[in-house]
Amino acid sequence: MKVNKNLAISENGFVFNPATGDSFSVNELGVHIVNLIKEGKSKTEIIDSIAEEYAAERSNIERDFNEFINVLDNHQLIDSND
Amino acid sequence: MTRQKITVAVTGLNNIDSPGPGIPVARALKESTLYDVYIIGLSYETLEPGIYMKEFVDKTYQIPLPSAGTAALKERLAYINSKEKIDVIIPNFDAELHNFIKIQEELKSVFGIATALPTLEQFDERHKSSLGEFGEKYGVDVPKSKMIFSTNDIAALGQEFGYPLVVKGKFYDASIAATPEQAMNYFHKISAKWGLPIIIQQFVTGNEVNITAIGDGKGNCIGAVPMRKLYITDKGKAWAGVSLEDDTLIEIAHSVISKSKWKGGCELEFIKSKEGIYYLLEMNPRFPAWVYLAKGCGQNHPESLLNIALDQPTEIQKKYESGKLFIRYSQDLIVSMKDFEKISTLGEF
Repeated sequence: MKVNKNLAISENGFVFNPATGDSFSVNELGVHIVNLIKEGKSKTEIIDSIAEEYAAERSNIERDFNEFINVLDNHQLIDSND
Repeated sequence: MTRQKITVAVTGLNNIDSPGPGIPVARALKESTLYDVYIIGLSYETLEPGIYMKEFVDKTYQIPLPSAGTAALKERLAYINSKEKIDVIIPNFDAELHNFIKIQEELKSVFGIATALPTLEQFDERHKSSLGEFGEKYGVDVPKSKMIFSTNDIAALGQEFGYPLVVKGKFYDASIAATPEQAMNYFHKISAKWGLPIIIQQFVTGNEVNITAIGDGKGNCIGAVPMRKLYITDKGKAWAGVSLEDDTLIEIAHSVISKSKWKGGCELEFIKSKEGIYYLLEMNPRFPAWVYLAKGCGQNHPESLLNIALDQPTEIQKKYESGKLFIRYSQDLIVSMKDFEKISTLGEF
């Protein structure tokens, strides 16, 4: 996974994609995930990181994570095939 | 640095909901770091808001409508020039460009007025009706399109392009037809308003992205800034937009301007398909009304146009800031009857 080049994300979770002109708001966890993708972390590493912080079933975390990645991918914010 | 004093005439003072580029051009020129610009407005109607926007337009003169022809235009410009000594004229309307291009040599040799305009050939080849040939000549993807003079041709084109398809007037107007009946209906509506031919164009889905650009006529694209509309009025005009970062699009713009040796400002309108292909929909032969966004992003295209017109060196600008928005607003100007009387009766204000 790779965040698209020059994607701007503020501390408040406001995401601007300079390639398409689209902007979005993501919550605190969303910012955390995007930043981890930016750092080059793998899917497993990111899910591990979330599981450490949140008291939830790993299978639920994985399902929600995949859903979030799909949303990012659909909006051309990341390249999930990379 | 001392700015060079200069007098520039601009048209397109109709700063309305379907705005002309005159005021954004004048505003960018007033903020030039190279030139101290005295702006002469050239207006067609007495209620063009720009006439009364004194922070951007120092003096306005009425000029004859384009349909009056080049002789009437030259006569009026001769009078205005005798009063103001114009250095450069920047025409901003599609409909008047033909006349200005035709007299550009004479403006220079007789009146000493410089312009930065394309040739008639360049102007004609980018017409909507010639988009297919234009795309082929300059190596840019365009949607399939065909010029028609009768509704009899719609059925065959419907089969070739599929529905929906776009029905366009030669200069203005476009509607998306989902059925052959709708296409015929739009054919009649648009031809009644703008005449024949009508252009039938393949409908390409994707995101619309536009570029404001400027060429020096020698094969250099001096600047290019892409923008995506964020808010569109019911007339299809951008009321808000954001500058984009898109190297491919910039490269295409540079290539088109360079290969066509375009001179002056222009706007390139593209659709980026889901597959990432950029289809050129139109090339407008003048700055767009949102050209001030380019200034806001770090490229002052109207200032560059002055350099080109005056044969001054001008640097190719590649840097600009993406993620800058423009948002239009409307505000009422309060105008005294005396001022309105001046432009109405004397033709100057």
